[in-house]
Amino acid sequence: MADAALFEFLHTEMVAELWAHDPDPSPGGQKTSLSVLKGMGFRVGQALGERLPRETLAFREELDILKFLCKDLWVAVFQKQMDSLRTNHQGTYVLQDNSFPLLVRMASGLQYLEEAPKFLAFTCGLLRGTLSTLGIKSLVTASVAALPACKFQVVIQKA
Amino acid sequence: MAVCVAVIAKENYPLYIRSVPTESELQFHYMVHTSLDVVDEKVSAMGKALVDQRELYLGLLYPTEDYKMFRKLHNSYTDVMCNPFYTPGDRIQSRAFDSMVTSMMVQVC
Repeated sequence: MADAALFEFLHTEMVAELWAHDPDPSPGGQKTSLSVLKGMGFRVGQALGERLPRETLAFREELDILKFLCKDLWVAVFQKQMDSLRTNHQGTYVLQDNSFPLLVRMASGLQYLEEAPKFLAFTCGLLRGTLSTLGIKSLVTASVAALPACKFQVVIQKA
Repeated sequence: MAVCVAVIAKENYPLYIRSVPTESELQFHYMVHTSLDVVDEKVSAMGKALVDQRELYLGLLYPTEDYKMFRKLHNSYTDVMCNPFYTPGDRIQSRAFDSMVTSMMVQVC
């Protein structure tokens, strides 16, 4: 389990570093840091999207790709599967993780709720990047009602 | 042994293209373009067909290809993707990728 800790610590430092050097506490400054995190996640997702499905059979439809995200991608990065996947069958998917590893050490409940989005930005980018390599343009947003549970909403963009 | 190797991006432009230098090089480039159409056909026809390990390979266009060659190519491409100095969408300039392709090309002295 040492591998999991490595990524968790690195991620925590990434967020801390971006906020430490941010002299602009207004929403504008915050947005840049969040974009940077999402961008990083996106690039990592692009590479993982090529590397992970190596032994997997080719995907036949959109739902297969989402299932791949919830199982293979989540297990590779977070050592656990996504807890639930829901869809409206019209291009919107909600991925729910009841015990998100990057939030689990922070709190259990409503404490630090305002800080949670910073720790989800990278993962949103990760999902979008992986989907992009697999041929799907999407918009990914995250929401937290109570730590450490969080939801990722994926909206497929029809070109 | 290949005479031409091409890596095409999702947006249908070449990320990497190399052929054995002969007079029919342009012909190879055209062949790459038409093979894209065949790929499109095969992908859309897949549907609920029986899923098979080689689906990534999409089957042979001519019965002389080597599945192992494709795997080597795909693995090298994955390595290029993981290179932090490579931005997806750029031409592929990796020397390691070049030498892997050289080993696959027909030797023309």
